[in-house]
Amino acid sequence: MIALLLRDLRLATRAGGGFGLGLVFFLIVVVLVPFGVGPETAILSKIASGILWVAALLAALLSLDRIFALDFEDGALTLIATAPIPLETVGLAKAAAHWLTTGLPLTLAAPVLGVLLQLPASGYSFVAVTLLLGTPALSMIGTFGAALTVGIRRGGLLLSLLVLPLYIPTLIFGAEAARRGTAGLDASTPLLMLAGITAGSVALLPFATAAVLRINLR
Amino acid sequence: MSLWEYANPKKFMGWTGPVLPWAFWMAGICLVVGLFWGFFLTPDDYRQGSTVKIIYLHVPSALMAINAWMMMLVASLIWLVRRHHVSALAAKAAAPVGITMTLIALMTGAIWGQPMWGTYWAWDPRLTSFLILFLFYLGYMALWAAIDDPDTAADLTSVLCIVGSVFALLSRYAVNFWNQGLHQGASLSLDKEENVSDVFFFPLLVCIAGFVLLFVALVLLRTRTEIRARRLRALQLREVRT
Repeated sequence: MIALLLRDLRLATRAGGGFGLGLVFFLIVVVLVPFGVGPETAILSKIASGILWVAALLAALLSLDRIFALDFEDGALTLIATAPIPLETVGLAKAAAHWLTTGLPLTLAAPVLGVLLQLPASGYSFVAVTLLLGTPALSMIGTFGAALTVGIRRGGLLLSLLVLPLYIPTLIFGAEAARRGTAGLDASTPLLMLAGITAGSVALLPFATAAVLRINLR
Repeated sequence: MSLWEYANPKKFMGWTGPVLPWAFWMAGICLVVGLFWGFFLTPDDYRQGSTVKIIYLHVPSALMAINAWMMMLVASLIWLVRRHHVSALAAKAAAPVGITMTLIALMTGAIWGQPMWGTYWAWDPRLTSFLILFLFYLGYMALWAAIDDPDTAADLTSVLCIVGSVFALLSRYAVNFWNQGLHQGASLSLDKEENVSDVFFFPLLVCIAGFVLLFVALVLLRTRTEIRARRLRALQLREVRT
């Protein structure tokens, strides 16, 4: 599992691996929003935490189809499936690699980009904490979606269509906690729910991922 | 003789053939009677006026929108456990009917909402969760349409249906937490003191029965079509090989 994780990390950071594309996308979305809603500080600071969450979600979505598609095309996925580790672990390792190359950089970049959106000072820690808690769920759910659509030609758009509704609970609790925290209200309930969704996804979705991988590889 | 014998495609075609016209007739009679009774023979509500009558379309369709998904979930589980092809095809056949019911519920709600709430749409928990249900139906149908091999498609959509059910339920509670409701609470419960008045209740029951029967009839019809399409495909494949 460690070997698989390291391999994926190495492949992602190598030239053509697409590492950083998500970050750049995140930056561009955040830059575009003020052009859309106008540069007024009051409005921007009010919606900043929500924009950061939606932008991070879209950036995570963008890199999902790379999780299994390349391995499926060159046959590596079949080799991985026949390797002496359970497919559930493969799903977990893939999700972890995706999180390390997308979720974690997004979390680190979000407070910096918050400056551009006039995020109030109280919001920085909350945006970072909620993204840190929520992005593993995004990666895990996305890995399931990627496994579901791996055998489909041009499955990218379908993947977004399938994964976005699954992202809704994570987004609601994550953005709600960030918003409440920024406004100085008690954010412990949505934070706990967010952590619960992440824990539940990481515990259960590897099994669903392995099940659909088996179907797709048969 | 067990219940599962009826899932044999040949048997299924055998018993649904005679049942189907009955289901359609019963659904038609219930809907005509219920809607006529509801629209012309009940009084206007003292506060909502005649807009109250949209309840005869809104409530049954909303009910069936959720129940159609439940039926798809059960059919998907049966397919995964017992590999009855009819079960998978019934789940596939129910999805377009379910999404239509969801749309009817959303549309009638919007039409009622304009005079009553002053807006077609509000981000109310019930409204939002129906919109999310609509998205789940869309994803489910898109996955069916995207895969060539019927068995793989049945397997993958079944898993999606199960995982989707969990997340749809989660979304239901999440939106409840996320925003306060504008939509009224349940008023048809058997265990509550205050319910909708009997004058509106009995025609509504007839309409609900009509929608249930209509759903059953449509799903049976669509499942028969799917089975025939599958047979046609098998014949064509055989012809190509010889």
